[in-house]
Amino acid sequence: MLSFYDASSRNVRMSRLLFLALFASFLTVGGAIGAAYGSAAYGIALALILYAILASTAYFRGSSIVLSIHGAREADPSTHQKLRNVVEEMSIASGLPMPRVFVMESPGMNAFAAGRRPSEAIVAVTTGLLERLNREELQGVIGHEMAHIKSRDTLYNICAAVLVGAIALLADMFLRGTPFRGRGRSGGAGRGRGNAAFFVLGILLALLAPFAAKVLQMSISRQREYHADAVGAQFTRNPLGLASALEKIAQTGAQVPGENRGTQHLFLINPLRHFADDSSALLSTHPSTALRIQRLQAMAGVGAAVV
Amino acid sequence: MGWIPAILVIVLVGWFVLTYNVLVRLRNQFRNAWYQIDVQLKRRHDLIPNLVEVVKDYMAYEQETLTRVIEARGAAISAKGAAAQGKAENLLTESLKSLFAVVEKYPELKANQNVASLQEELTGTENKIAFARQFYNDSVMTYNKIQSIPSNIIASVFDFSQTEYFEVGEESRAVPRADLR
Repeated sequence: MLSFYDASSRNVRMSRLLFLALFASFLTVGGAIGAAYGSAAYGIALALILYAILASTAYFRGSSIVLSIHGAREADPSTHQKLRNVVEEMSIASGLPMPRVFVMESPGMNAFAAGRRPSEAIVAVTTGLLERLNREELQGVIGHEMAHIKSRDTLYNICAAVLVGAIALLADMFLRGTPFRGRGRSGGAGRGRGNAAFFVLGILLALLAPFAAKVLQMSISRQREYHADAVGAQFTRNPLGLASALEKIAQTGAQVPGENRGTQHLFLINPLRHFADDSSALLSTHPSTALRIQRLQAMAGVGAAVV
Repeated sequence: MGWIPAILVIVLVGWFVLTYNVLVRLRNQFRNAWYQIDVQLKRRHDLIPNLVEVVKDYMAYEQETLTRVIEARGAAISAKGAAAQGKAENLLTESLKSLFAVVEKYPELKANQNVASLQEELTGTENKIAFARQFYNDSVMTYNKIQSIPSNIIASVFDFSQTEYFEVGEESRAVPRADLR
């Protein structure tokens, strides 16, 4: 039976839901604050403007922002001939258009993929990775990244990052009363009402922000990483390539320039975790490297069976 | 109660349309995949003269290997028909493998920037040929699922037929993806 359902359509659907949920939250919060000042309409209008700015920045500039945070430069064809060839090989194997290729200067070994859709996709790797991996291992890593692109994980990641970032931003803004400071509409009485509203909202947002962060973490579930490992192995037909790469990274380190909590989930291996292998924790963004290697080896029919 | 059959018809039509579109998409996918194989094969043909030019001055004692590559390339370009082309291309792959093995024995050759770059291009192209064939077979496998119920109804009505896989010759089955660092 032909199936119309797959990982990529699920990700697209969930991305739309995220944008919708964010939109609704903005309207509600904006309306509530506006009402506290006597004009819900003003609040809603402000919220709409903020949402438009935030959503469009994230949606249209999300990839460029991630690239500049991590100091990524486009890979020059003559210097990075092998890398570009491997990316092209994987794009043929996966049936995707060739993504743009970027390189980050770092002794750590890591990689990420980004982009709203496969035709605008980006793959970035560190110089540390390029120096230490052989061609099979590099194919494994790039295959994994192409798998993320194919399943539209990259789209979902941008949307989820916006949600968390937006709520954190809102929480911060309203706790300090920023858009309303200096308006002084109705003197003492109005100020008093406003302050009470801010207090309540501040608390609301303070509760909301970690919840949103948790949503982000849970949604960037370990399932996605396993799935990308598996699909990538399908592309290369060589699960041991990626397994070997992961082993090398575990020994060397995965740091990248500009590493931060906001983008940690985008990477092949979490650059912030420094390999404390306690990652059966529900909230970790990535499964433990050892488990990933084991699963890949099981795929290849080597080592212990089902994990 | 007359709206029940109406809804059924709408659902059925919807399903027909969806299935037809999926079949068209899958068929286009494997046709494009086939074309992609050709693109990479042709690319390999174009790269070889350059490589031969660059190495022949260093490889005075390996003329035989070089000649084999040149002849295999000629045969591959002039081969007609999918089966003959497939065989000729596999022979070309074999001859290139021998050439790479020989290059390993000449340190000055290995150190030469031009040679290194060309070798990387050829390695990349070998891999791309292999992956293009793999993707073609994957696309065919997905497409051939049309033979299962119930999509085979649409398939037969609109003339979507099963397609063949790309057959890999025995000589070429042992060809690994070249792992020259």
